[in-house]
Amino acid sequence: MTGTFLGMPAFPQAAARAVRDGQLRANLRHATHTIRDKRARAVAELDDWAQLRAAGKAIKDHTLRHLDRYLVQLEETVTAAGGTVHWAADAEEANRIVAGLVKATGQSEIVKVKSMATQEIELNEALAAEGITAYETDLAELIVQLGDDRPSHILVPAIHRNRAEIREIFAERMAAWGRPAPRGLTDSPAELAEAARLHLREKFLRAEVAVSGANFMVAETGTLVVVESEGNGRMCLTLPRTLISVVGIEKVVPTWRDLEVFLQLLPHSSTAERMNPYTSLWTGTAAGDGPSEFHLVLLDNGRTTALADRIGRQALRCIRCSACLNVCPVYERAGGHAYGSVYPGPIGAILTPQLRGTASPVDASLPYASSLCGACYEVCPVAIDIPEVLVHLRERVAEQGGHPLERAAMAAAGFVLDHPAALTVAERLAGRTRALHPRRLPGPGRAWTDTRDLPEVPAEPFRDWWRRNRT
Amino acid sequence: MRVALFATCVNDALFPGTAVATVRLLERLGVTVDFPAGQTCCGQPQYNTGYRGACEPLVRRTAEAFAGYDHVVTPSGSCVAMVRDNYPRIGARAAAEGRGTQLADLATELAPRVVELTEFLIDVLGVEDVGAHFPHTVTYHPSCHGLRLLGLGDRPRRLLSAVKGLELVELPGAEECCGFGGTFAVKNAAVSAAMAEDKIANALGTGARVLCGADNSCLLHLGATLRRRRAPLRPLHLAEILASTEAHPWRPSR
Repeated sequence: MTGTFLGMPAFPQAAARAVRDGQLRANLRHATHTIRDKRARAVAELDDWAQLRAAGKAIKDHTLRHLDRYLVQLEETVTAAGGTVHWAADAEEANRIVAGLVKATGQSEIVKVKSMATQEIELNEALAAEGITAYETDLAELIVQLGDDRPSHILVPAIHRNRAEIREIFAERMAAWGRPAPRGLTDSPAELAEAARLHLREKFLRAEVAVSGANFMVAETGTLVVVESEGNGRMCLTLPRTLISVVGIEKVVPTWRDLEVFLQLLPHSSTAERMNPYTSLWTGTAAGDGPSEFHLVLLDNGRTTALADRIGRQALRCIRCSACLNVCPVYERAGGHAYGSVYPGPIGAILTPQLRGTASPVDASLPYASSLCGACYEVCPVAIDIPEVLVHLRERVAEQGGHPLERAAMAAAGFVLDHPAALTVAERLAGRTRALHPRRLPGPGRAWTDTRDLPEVPAEPFRDWWRRNRT
Repeated sequence: MRVALFATCVNDALFPGTAVATVRLLERLGVTVDFPAGQTCCGQPQYNTGYRGACEPLVRRTAEAFAGYDHVVTPSGSCVAMVRDNYPRIGARAAAEGRGTQLADLATELAPRVVELTEFLIDVLGVEDVGAHFPHTVTYHPSCHGLRLLGLGDRPRRLLSAVKGLELVELPGAEECCGFGGTFAVKNAAVSAAMAEDKIANALGTGARVLCGADNSCLLHLGATLRRRRAPLRPLHLAEILASTEAHPWRPSR
């Protein structure tokens, strides 16, 4: 496992490998079922969940419809509060802006708040190329970074690791990145947390520059919001002199009243809590309190392309809660890495192909990484109809060529099914030759018969029974 | 009351016993059943694989085949969901693409008339005890589209609970997908098989001898996996259990 998603195989191949990994399946099953059940209990406490969900959807849809207006308003309020706003059309531009801002401070290292947007643009790699070291300070992101690994879950990036593996990573790798792990470190959660605390504390106290994302940006006041559980984010947001926040343009909400809805939807859906432990809010800069310099980099990177698609745009409502991952039977068995992106699971399967396109094998395979069971839609706090978008994106993949054999099969089926007489002939033929049907098929048919028998074909189709008995 | 049976292509070609059982059950309850011969397939496999264009003639065919019937009874939740949720979408897309509103009109006119078998029995006929007899231990798998798209809720369980001699045992993890998912079963065969494995382990753990469902496409996948393993559990459509009586008990149809 290496720290990049480049050149990933298509989903089915990567998922097949994960399915064979018994330890991974057990880890994922335990973790996803635990959090899925907790979420269901937390949501059941609220009588008005359905209304909250409808409100969240409506606020996001309204904001996306008037995104141009709210983004300009946000730029004005952030600027008025002492911040500087930068606009980045793509990952390359965002990375160049951040690297330039860090260099201007004369620093060669930064601390980071857990952020999906900076993972998406591969900021750490871009900064490393400029001689700047980025230190992840979220516990799970630290585990991923020290292990030269990739995140496999939006909320719990190291969900694929167990305690023993984490102990090993800390013991072996912490020294190369800063303060070494204490001698005789065991895999007890308290000891692992203390090792991370000591390792990270040194970074917080030394850091001059921090990079964050944001869960929300309130347009009316120019306020940014980060919700978290550990408090490490707050360390980064308050201690350094310079704060640079890289945020996707869809994260804006118009007012504080709108924010209130999401501050209920998000913790209930992600960590199954009534309220998350830390909610940090900041508005520009304040003399003698927190960072004296604040930069906001507004990131497009494919978002306006998604916004132009009438069906696909609902993916931009996503608040990155990861509830869809935790209920997804496919994610549970394939794991996060198979999705070849920082956005795994059902939401990743509709977001990644819209942000990156469907040209690569893995991106073209993502819309098919679902049985369309609908569990994701049911739990989504902003009611994204993920199955609807999956099917819509499948159409896009099929139109760009699809699979030749599949196209031929669809064409043949199309003819037969539009000619009932031909269908009857085909059904009778299948019935009369049934003694000759094999149990296993060669070639592409093996995808069915490796684990399943071929269906037994009846002696006569229903049509013929009807003709004999009811006409 | 006269209704049309939408047997569905899977039942017509592979599970005629389910369609026959649906006819006998409905006739026993005093309903006159027609089988319009123009029907074939709802187009779900094409649509869900990304071939919306290939699906359009089937929307037209299905709407025309069932024109004039107040109730089109269908022993398959996923085919009903296809007509109810996706036909109007397909029609709207065709209209948005400047190809007129004919398809949209056909789709919206047909959609509310197509009902799933358990909806028809409970909501339209108002029966729970259909007079069935089936002296076996049964566990029920609620297929995803019936469960989440149609919201069938406890209708199938209420019908099963009223069957004489039947012992209904709860299936752990019942609401989890079995892994069929149409072409998903072959496009992502490894994950599909892993999902079937877990579903079957849960079903075998109940001690039931019959795994009942209301969607034969899921039972096709689970049944084919069970047969490969020679597992002592028989997949069976709900209609066949409800059609079974003391005078005419269920028998394997093949």
